[in-house]
Amino acid sequence: MATTSQLFRALHGRDFSRIWTSSFSCQTHLPCCQSFQPGACLNQRSPNIERRWYPTRGFRTSAVQHSYHLSPPQVNSILKANEYSFKVPEFDGKNLSTVLGFDSNQLPANAPIEDRRSAATCLQTRGMLLGVFDGHAGCACAQALSERLFYYIAVAMLPHETLVELENAVESGRPLHPILQWHKHPNDYFSKEASRLYFSSLRTYWQELLDLSNPGETPDVREALINAFKRLDNDISLEAQVGDPNAFLHYWVLRVAFSGATACVAHVDGNDLHIANTGDGRAVLGVQEPDGSFSALTLSNDHNAQNEDEVRRVRSEHPPNEAKTVVKQDRLLGLLMPFRAFGDVKFKWSIELQRRVLESGPDQLHQNEHTKFIPPNYHTPPYLTAEPEVTYHRLRPQDRFLVLGSDGLWETLHRQEVVRIVGEYLTGVHQQQPITVGGYRVTLGQMHGLLLERKARISSTFEDQNAATHLIRHAVGNNEFGTVDHERLSKMLSLPEELARMYRDDITIIIVQFNPHVIGGQQN
Amino acid sequence: MRSCVRSSRALSPAVLPRLLSDTGCWGPRSDRRGLWNSPRSFTTATETQPTPLPGQARVVICGGGIVGTSVAYHLAKLGWTEIVLLEQGRLGAGTTRLCAGIVSVAKSISIESKMAHYSNALYERLEEETGVKTGFVKTGSLCLAQNQDRFLSLKRLASRLKVIGINCNVIKPKEVTKLHPLVNIHDLVGALHLPGDGVVSPPDVNHALAVAAANHGVQIHERTSVNHVLVEKGHVTAVETDRGPIECEFFVNCAGQWAYELGQASEVKVSVPLHGCEHFYLLTKPLQEPLQPNTPVVMDMDGRIYVRAWQGGILSGGFEKNPKPIFTEGRNQLDFQNMQEDWDHFEPMLSALLRRMPSLDSCEIHQLVNCPESFTPDMRCLMGETPGVHGYFVLAGMNSSGLSFAGGAGKYLAEWMTYGYPSDNVWPLDIKRFGNLQSSRTFLRHRVMEVMPLLYELKVPRWDFQTGRQLRTSPLYDRLDTQGARWMEKHGFERAKYFVPPGKDLLALDQSKTFYKPDWFDIVGAEVKCCKEAVCVIDMSSFTKFELTSSGDQALELLQHLCANDLDVPVGHIVHTGMLNERGGYENDCSVVRLSKNSFFIISPTDQQVHCWSWIKKHMPNDPHLHLEDVSWKYTALNLIGPRAMDVLSELSYVSMTPEHFPSLFCKEMSVGYANGIRVMSMTHTGEPGFMLYIPIEYALHVYNEVMSVGQKYGIRNAGYYALRSLRIEKFFAFWGQDLDSFTTPLECGREFRVKFDKDTDFLGRDALLRQRQEGVTRRFIMLVLEDHDTELDLWPWWGEPIYRNGELAGVTTSSAYSYTLERHVCLGFVSPPSLDGTPAVVTPDFINRGDYEVDIAGQRFPAKAKLYPFSSLFTQQRRRKDDMELSNFQAK
Repeated sequence: MATTSQLFRALHGRDFSRIWTSSFSCQTHLPCCQSFQPGACLNQRSPNIERRWYPTRGFRTSAVQHSYHLSPPQVNSILKANEYSFKVPEFDGKNLSTVLGFDSNQLPANAPIEDRRSAATCLQTRGMLLGVFDGHAGCACAQALSERLFYYIAVAMLPHETLVELENAVESGRPLHPILQWHKHPNDYFSKEASRLYFSSLRTYWQELLDLSNPGETPDVREALINAFKRLDNDISLEAQVGDPNAFLHYWVLRVAFSGATACVAHVDGNDLHIANTGDGRAVLGVQEPDGSFSALTLSNDHNAQNEDEVRRVRSEHPPNEAKTVVKQDRLLGLLMPFRAFGDVKFKWSIELQRRVLESGPDQLHQNEHTKFIPPNYHTPPYLTAEPEVTYHRLRPQDRFLVLGSDGLWETLHRQEVVRIVGEYLTGVHQQQPITVGGYRVTLGQMHGLLLERKARISSTFEDQNAATHLIRHAVGNNEFGTVDHERLSKMLSLPEELARMYRDDITIIIVQFNPHVIGGQQN
Repeated sequence: MRSCVRSSRALSPAVLPRLLSDTGCWGPRSDRRGLWNSPRSFTTATETQPTPLPGQARVVICGGGIVGTSVAYHLAKLGWTEIVLLEQGRLGAGTTRLCAGIVSVAKSISIESKMAHYSNALYERLEEETGVKTGFVKTGSLCLAQNQDRFLSLKRLASRLKVIGINCNVIKPKEVTKLHPLVNIHDLVGALHLPGDGVVSPPDVNHALAVAAANHGVQIHERTSVNHVLVEKGHVTAVETDRGPIECEFFVNCAGQWAYELGQASEVKVSVPLHGCEHFYLLTKPLQEPLQPNTPVVMDMDGRIYVRAWQGGILSGGFEKNPKPIFTEGRNQLDFQNMQEDWDHFEPMLSALLRRMPSLDSCEIHQLVNCPESFTPDMRCLMGETPGVHGYFVLAGMNSSGLSFAGGAGKYLAEWMTYGYPSDNVWPLDIKRFGNLQSSRTFLRHRVMEVMPLLYELKVPRWDFQTGRQLRTSPLYDRLDTQGARWMEKHGFERAKYFVPPGKDLLALDQSKTFYKPDWFDIVGAEVKCCKEAVCVIDMSSFTKFELTSSGDQALELLQHLCANDLDVPVGHIVHTGMLNERGGYENDCSVVRLSKNSFFIISPTDQQVHCWSWIKKHMPNDPHLHLEDVSWKYTALNLIGPRAMDVLSELSYVSMTPEHFPSLFCKEMSVGYANGIRVMSMTHTGEPGFMLYIPIEYALHVYNEVMSVGQKYGIRNAGYYALRSLRIEKFFAFWGQDLDSFTTPLECGREFRVKFDKDTDFLGRDALLRQRQEGVTRRFIMLVLEDHDTELDLWPWWGEPIYRNGELAGVTTSSAYSYTLERHVCLGFVSPPSLDGTPAVVTPDFINRGDYEVDIAGQRFPAKAKLYPFSSLFTQQRRRKDDMELSNFQAK
C-alpha cells in the first residue's frame, strides 16, 4: 500500500496531502443539506478521507485504472460545467469601468469540490470584489467565506454616514439598500439556514464600526480588508464557541470552524487594485509588453513554507524552543500546508477550549475520533492567523488582466505560462512569433513538424468561450510541449473520484479583464 | 542565384528619390528578390536622361506587367501607332515578378483554355522573335485526381480541350510515375496529361514582350503613375500622370491589383470589381538529385497545390481554403514589396505537398514567397470596354492565371480595340457582365475569399456562390423562403431554384455535389408537372427592365434600328426580338412591349443589365426628347404558367382573359385584386400557356397573396428556375448568354421569322443577315435528345459537351436539361459540317436529319437524336393559336 502511494507521489513529484489533521468530512453535496443523518460521516468515510489523514496508509480500494476515453464533446461538457462570464454593462455604448468583465471556472478533484469562488460589485461604495477560496478538511469554511467575506469587506469600507443609514434601516424594519450585487454561477449556492446567524454577526460588526468611526470618515481600503478578514475569522471562531440552539446550525458552525480555507481577494476600483491574500492562493497580473508578448507580475505572496519571510514570522511568534516543531516537513506543526487560513480552530484555540467546545457539541462530534485529535507540540496557540497580506497596485494601460487562482492552478502551470496562455487567448492573436527561415537550413519535413505542432496549440483555443476554461484545459491537458493533448486531457478527466485527487487538486480560476483605454484615460 | 534582398531595398522605388532614378524609356531591370535569374540589359536604354512624356498618344496603357505589355505588343502587331505604356514602378515589378510561371490550358471554361493555348504558343516563339530568353520549357502538366468525382471533371475537361484541338490524355496513375519521378500515386485514381503546357520565367516573358513592343514603336515609360483619367462627353480624352498629362483616345487599365482604385480615380468612375488575396508558394533548394527542368508541372487540385521544377528544386504553391484577402482599403494599406511570409498559413499546402511527394521531406527550404493575386467575383477575368466611358478598356483580375491568360487576353483586347469586337465570343469575360452593384469592397472581400479556394475546388453542375448573397431580392423573398425556396444568384439577384416541400429534406450542400442525378430531381419533376397540368407561380423579378420613351417617334426609330424584328406594331403588342451587331450576332435577346405610341418596355435577361444599357446608349442619338430609364427595381415580375393560369387571372380581374379577348403576345395594363396598374402580358418564357405580371413593387405581396389564395382551387404552387429551364429546353428555346452570343445570328438558330426581312427598314446586322441568307448558315442550333442514357446511373450532361456526328466532331452543347415530359435528357447545341476545302460548309437539312449523333459526356458517348423543331406538338395541350410556338425564349436558364 505504501508503495502505491509513493509511486503516485513520485509520478507527480508533489504531495497532495495538505493536512493531516482532523476534520468533519463533508460527503454530502450540500453542506447545509437537509438529508444529513447522524453517523453519515463514518458510514461515508471514503478512501479519499483516509488518504487525507494518513497518506502512508494508501488506498483501500484497488486503483483500477478505468481505461475508457472521453470524446472531445464530453471533455468540453466537463470543463464547461462551472464556467461563468460576466461583462460589465456599457452605458451609452461606453464602458466606463476599468474592468471589462471576468471569466471564472472551477474543476473539482475532490468530491465534492472544496474550492469556492465569489464575485460581486459593491453598490454602496465603488469597486468590484473577486475572490478565490480554497478549503481544506472539508468545504464548510470555504463555503462560509464565499458567502460572508465580501459583506464584511463591503461593510468595512462603508463611510460613517452609510453605516448610520444602514443601522437605522434595520432598526426601523425598513428595507435595506443592497450592499453587494453578486455575480454567481448557478452552482455557487448560499446556505439559507445560516443566513440569520450570519446577518446578526454582520450587524454586530457594523455596529462596532459605527461606534469606532466618526462622521465624514471614509475607511482606507487596506485597513478595511485586513479588518474584515480578521473580524470574519473571529466571528467564525466565536460562533463555534457560543453554539446555536438549533442542533443543525450548531453542528454547521462547528464544521466551519474546524475546517479551514485560504482566501485570495481582489478589490478593483478604478485604477486602484488591492489584493488581500491569506494562504497559498495567488494573484498574478498579465502585463503586455511593448512587443505584444505577456509577462507575469505576481501581486501576492504565498503563505507557506516556501516563503522564508513567512517561516520567519511563524517562528518569531512562538518561543525559540518550538522553532523546530512549529514548521516541520514544510508544514505548520508538521500538519498544515498554508501558514495562514480561516477556520482551523485546531490551530488557534487552546486545548481546553477545544475540549470544552467539543464536549458541549452535538453527538456526531463524539463519534468522530479525529475531532479529538490535538496537533502534536501544541504549546502556544494560536499558531494560525487569518490576517491577510494586502498588496496595492496602481493599474497601468499595459496591465491587461488579473488571474486569481487556487494553488491547484499554480502547481500545474508556471505563472509565466498562465499569463501567456490567457494573454494569447484574450488578444485572439497567438503571439507565437511568425516563423522565418532566414539563413537557416530547414528541411520541409522539419518545417512540417513544427507547423503541425503550432497548429495543435492554436486549435485548442477556439473551443473555449471562457478564458478560465481555456486555462483549465491547459492546466490539465498540457503535454511536455506546452500544448493541449486531448488524450491526456481525456484521461485526466475520466479518473474516478477517488483517484482524481492524487493527480490534481481542485482548480478555481477567476480572470479579470481590464479596459486599457479607461485605465489610460484615468491616468491622465 | 543572386541574393537580391539587399539590392531590392537599394533599388526599390520607395527608397530612391524619383528624380534621381532612371526615368528613361527604360533601363535594366532590377531583379529584386531574384526569383528569376535573368541577366538583362536593354541596349537602347538611355540611363541618365529621362525621356519626356509625349503630349499626346492614341492609346495609353497603364500597367507594365505581363498583361499590359501583352496588350501593347498585340496592338502594335495590329498596326497601331502612338502607343504609350506607363508603369508606376519598374516593368513587371508587381504580381508578374513573383508569379509561379506556369502556363496551363487546364481552365474552367473553353475561352480561357483558348487564351492559355495561344499564350503558350506565343511565349514559345517569343524568344526567336525577340532574341530575349524567356525560360520557356515545354514541360507538360499533370492534373491528378484523388477521387472519382475529380477524375470525372478531368475527363470532362479533356473532352472539352479536344474540341478546341488541344492535345491531352487521360492516363492511369502508373503512367504518372513514368512522367514524374517524385509523385506518390497510391491514393490516385487517375490523371490528365497535358503535354503542351509549359513553364516560363514571367519577368523574362514580360521583358521580351516589352522589347518586341518597343521594336514596333511602343513607348514605354517606367516610374510614371497615372493619377486619373479625364473623360469628356463619355469619351476618354486624356490621362493625368505624375509627370504631366497625355491626351489620348483610348485608355487601357491593366493595373492588376490596383485596377479597382485606378477605375475609381477616373473622372467618371469605372467599376473594376476585383480584390487581392495573398498567395503563397514555396521554393526549395536543389534536390540531392536535381530535378530536371522539363519535369511536368503537377496540379493536385484535391490537395489544393501545384508543383513545378525550379532550379533543380521545386516551386509549389496552392489555393487554400481560408485565403487572406488584402488591400481591401487600397494600396496604402501594405507595401507590395514587403509582403510577409506566413508559414502557419501555408501548413495545409505543405502537408499536401509532402503527401504528394514524400521524398521532399529532406529537401531544404529556400523561401516562402507571398505574391498577392487579384480575384474577381466569378473567377473569370475582366476584359473589354467599360460600360460608361467610351475608349476606356480594362484587362485585369486574372485570378492568378495572369501568365496563362496574358497572351490570349492581350490579343483579344487588341482585336476588340481594333475591330470593335474580338475574334471569339468573350462574353464570359466581358467586364459588362458586372456593374456598380459588384463594386462594394465588402462584397468583393467576402466573395474573393470564396473564389480563390474555388479555383481548385471540384465544380459540379449547378454550383452557386455562397458568399455575397441576398444583395438583390424580390419583395416576395421572405414569403418564398418560408415556403421552402432554395436560392441561386444571378447578377446579385436571388432566384428560387425549386421549392422543397415541407417535411422533405435534401442532402447537405457538400453531399449534394454530384455529376449524376441530383437530389432535387423529384421536386423539380413535381413542379414541371404542375406547370403542365395546373398552374405555377415563378418569381422572375430579376429580369432587366428598361423603359424607352420619346416625345416624337424617336424611340421607335431607335428600336427599329437596333432590333431585328419589326417594332412598328399596334400599341399593346409584344415583340420578341434580338438586338444584333454588325455581324448579325445577338448582342441581346429581348421582349419589347409597345406601351403607347412613343414608349416601349424592354425586358432583357438579368445579366444584360449593364451590357444592354450600354449597347442602347451607344447607339442612342443625343436627343433630350429621347429618354431611357432602367426600371428593373420598380417592378416585380410574376410568371403565371400553366393551363389554369387564365382561370386564376380571370377571377382576379374583370377583364376577359380568354384567347379571343386577350390573344397571345399582348400586354394590358389592368387591375389584379385591389392593385391597379399591373402590366399583364400573355406570354411565358417556357412555351407553356400563361401570363407575365409586371407589378409595381409595393403591390407585389398583395398580388402574390391574391393569386395564391384564388389559385388554391386550381392546384397552384410555387415553382423555381430549374423547372423553368427544363420546360424551356424541351421546347427548344435558346437563352442569351448560354446558347446565344454575339457570334450567333437569328438564322443559325431558326429565328428567321423574327427578322424584318420583308420590310425595307434598315437595322443593325441586316446586311450580314442578308448575306448569310444568301450563302446559307454554316452552323445550326439543334436539339439533341439522348437515347440509351440511364438517368439514374449515367452521368448527366451539363453544357460544353462535344457533339459527334458519324464519329466526327461536329459541335458543342450549350445547355441541357432533363425533360420530364420526354423522360429523356435534352441537350441544345450548335453543329457545323466539316469544311472540305477550307471554307466553312453550309448546313443542310440532311446534315441534321441524316447522321448518327452522339454526345460525349466525360469521355463516354451517348447516342442522340438531332432535331430542328421541338416536340411540342406531341405533348402540349393545343389550347392556343399556332403562333404560341413563337413565344419568347430567352431568359429561362
